[in-house]
Amino acid sequence: MATIHYFASVREKLGLSSEQLELPSKVDTVSALVDMLIEQHDKQDGNWEGVLKTSSVLVAVNQSIAKFSSPIKDTDDIAFFPPVTGG
Amino acid sequence: MRSLKISIQQQDFSIEDECTAMRAEHKNIGALATFTGLVREMDEELDDASSGQQNISSLFLEHYPGMTEKNLHEIAEEADQRWSLLDVVIIHRIGELKVSEQIVFVGVSSMHREAAFAACAFIMDFLKTKAAFWKKSNNNDSTGHWVEAKKSDAEATEKWAETKEKR
Repeated sequence: MATIHYFASVREKLGLSSEQLELPSKVDTVSALVDMLIEQHDKQDGNWEGVLKTSSVLVAVNQSIAKFSSPIKDTDDIAFFPPVTGG
Repeated sequence: MRSLKISIQQQDFSIEDECTAMRAEHKNIGALATFTGLVREMDEELDDASSGQQNISSLFLEHYPGMTEKNLHEIAEEADQRWSLLDVVIIHRIGELKVSEQIVFVGVSSMHREAAFAACAFIMDFLKTKAAFWKKSNNNDSTGHWVEAKKSDAEATEKWAETKEKR
């Protein structure tokens, strides 16, 4: 099972802070995961495509900043969030 | 670096207590530089949007448990590679914070002032652009908006790439 986290404005827009999902073997990159999430969630309602395909959205895999082309495994912790604004 | 303290917490902190603890750590401390970030009332973003000056009533700070701590460790280690540091303390608050409350504290001790000043500024610049924290500002009329990342903060971080010799 992979754990997917959503933070800040991404969390609010999606109305979800985290979920656990079984990743099929073909879902082996962040991009493939994004497509899977959009397909699963947008068939009900919502605008996951609009939120997750925004150019400013960042991704982390196992607490390290990653790219949308980065590989992922079924045991990873993956997070989507906007640019950071601490301090 | 002799010691590193990183704390992400809801409760307030005491600048005096942190400084006293750092002074007690080491007899060779010749310089102790600190930075404290506060919740400012004026919201420059709303001001820039020519909607007139807007004041905020509070900020909400969110973080990514695990990743944020890792980010701060990496930032402190990078500062330690660049300067000879003794102790580093980074405290960042989360949750709902009202105007004038303390948000963040960075304390750096070293033998001489140059390293302490520079490392303190370096850690803050990187914290603002690399550590997993997000701010939402709330107005008096209870509308809120997520603060946008600033170009000036990204530029401040990039400037450090030009100066990478160990002092």
